[in-house]
Amino acid sequence: MSKLFIFTFLLLSSVFAQGNTLTVGRSKAFNTIQRAVDAANAGDTVLVDYGIYKERNIIIQKSIVLKGIGFPVLDGENRFEIVSISANHATVEGFKMQHSGRSEIRDIGAIMIYNSYKVSAFNNILDDTNFGIYVQNSRNCTIKNNYITSYGKSEVQSGNGINCWKSDSLIIIGNRIKGHRDGIYFEFVTNSLVWRNISTKNIRYGIHFMFSHHDTYIANVFEENESGVAVMYTNHIRMYNNFFINNWGDAAYGILLKDISDSDISGNHFTKNTVALHMEGCSRINLYKNIFSNNGWAVKIQASCDNNDFTKNNFTGNTFDIATNGSLVLNTFNGNYWDKYEGYDLGHDHVGDVPYHPVSMYSMIIESNPAALMLFRSLIVTLLDKSEKILPGITPENLQDKIPLMRRLSL
Amino acid sequence: MHKIFKYVVLDIVQNKIVLIYTLLLLVISLSIFNLEDNSAKGLVSLLNIILIIIPLICIIFSTIYIYNSSEFIELLVSQPVKRKTIWLSIFAGLSSSLSFAFFVGAGIPILIYHADATGIMMITTGLFLTVVFVSIAMLAASKTRDKAKGIGLSILLWLYFSLIFDALVLFFLFQFQDYPLERIMVFMSFLNPIDLSRIQILLQMDISALMGYTGAVFREFFGTNMGVLISFIGLSCWIVVPLMISLKTFNKKDL
Repeated sequence: MSKLFIFTFLLLSSVFAQGNTLTVGRSKAFNTIQRAVDAANAGDTVLVDYGIYKERNIIIQKSIVLKGIGFPVLDGENRFEIVSISANHATVEGFKMQHSGRSEIRDIGAIMIYNSYKVSAFNNILDDTNFGIYVQNSRNCTIKNNYITSYGKSEVQSGNGINCWKSDSLIIIGNRIKGHRDGIYFEFVTNSLVWRNISTKNIRYGIHFMFSHHDTYIANVFEENESGVAVMYTNHIRMYNNFFINNWGDAAYGILLKDISDSDISGNHFTKNTVALHMEGCSRINLYKNIFSNNGWAVKIQASCDNNDFTKNNFTGNTFDIATNGSLVLNTFNGNYWDKYEGYDLGHDHVGDVPYHPVSMYSMIIESNPAALMLFRSLIVTLLDKSEKILPGITPENLQDKIPLMRRLSL
Repeated sequence: MHKIFKYVVLDIVQNKIVLIYTLLLLVISLSIFNLEDNSAKGLVSLLNIILIIIPLICIIFSTIYIYNSSEFIELLVSQPVKRKTIWLSIFAGLSSSLSFAFFVGAGIPILIYHADATGIMMITTGLFLTVVFVSIAMLAASKTRDKAKGIGLSILLWLYFSLIFDALVLFFLFQFQDYPLERIMVFMSFLNPIDLSRIQILLQMDISALMGYTGAVFREFFGTNMGVLISFIGLSCWIVVPLMISLKTFNKKDL
């Protein structure tokens, strides 16, 4: 039995052998990274000592681990891609990469992953890069714990923090992204996980995706992005426990959903956005246990949306709870908590006895006539709202919560 | 001038109404701040009170006061005192005592519970509104001899500024819906001191809805220091112009 165990152990250890270690540094075997990479065989590890390396473009086409000790600096001199990988099972870890090139024609960035399988980028610090990490036509790649900072000034001239195109099964965890055009950008990326990333102060969107089906977004923070978050043309997304905070501006949305369907949005916090959630052409989305607090508009739902279900959400301190642009209502809003609800609960079952109409008349007026904002919180508007609540004329009568909760849900 | 001012202030202080007004404001603002769990929300509730109650009390109290002291005014006119001095002293007495009442009743609770830019803006606009409506009351009172008519006129003016004007704006907005009205709206807000005050306070409150499309235009104008200055100049005009007109009327009036 013990012989068999030792045999198995030896077999396994030979399979998972680390290979050789090649070191790069001033007084080491190799003085440039590229030379060490060229000399390495599959399964080898290239260790890089601290120093500043200006090697133009480092190209990795083998299954190797490239690892920095004490964050050696790779400088792109504002002209080059820094590391380009097209390999299976390769890893880049522990580098500081700065000043990547910029180009109007090609997408240039710090870590470029092309046509690869199981490539990982861990614990890198990217500073002043055009694109941060760029994944193209790859599968099962992991991007984890990278700090990606840029200083973009205009949308046209800057790149995205993490840019993924036509890929599958990516895992993007724990990255901090700041100052790019879009923090995270997905196009044709499927079956992927985006978890615990912080995307702030980008000059367009915190996250932006299109045609990226079956993706999951958990516990990310999107804060103070110029235009918030916008996602489009996608089905089967799941968004849990994300934070959409402080996205202010005339076209800023906590999250803008356009043509999204069959999705699940739950446990998210929407706080202090001009418009927390904007929905256009969306179908069959379940929105539950979200918290909308202190937003200008909590939800703007266009009449082109159908079969979306809002339930068990908290709406507190929003200027307008729900706004819509038509009288057709194909969505349901039952069983939420609304702090503006003024009904009563005679049965003491914690459910209000009269339906709540979350669309105020004034929000309809503003929707069609934005200049009416001048009358915000004036006496006439209060009176109109009250009379409309009693006798609905303009607001869509069917948009109502039939079982509004009396108490805030503890979420 | 000084002596008449002193008599007017003493007279108003002896009058219980202003004392009750002060206590009322104090009770309202303290209870609002204590009932609401967050003081920002309390400030919003207080906003409505400042914008509705203060103009109402100021305009009606001042009108009635002027009519009630008509004998006193007649007596003063028979003395070697300029009519201008009499009228301005009454104005100064009324506005300073009502401002003091507002400051004690609402200003101090705001300073205790919410002493930031919003709170200070609220107190400032509240003081301005007080003086504006005293000035408008003097205009209403100078225009007619009949007390009932005068009080009716001032109630109507209050109704106009707090309700009818906004209704007209709304009507106007819907009639000219197809035109870009944002800049015109900025101009329109100068035609009503209550609207002007409300917008100033709301912009300080960082109400995110005001950051919407029109909000951007509003913020561009009112949010800058220049805009704040211009709107306070606007409010000052609302004090000076009615007062000057009423003074002119009073100078020529056959008492």
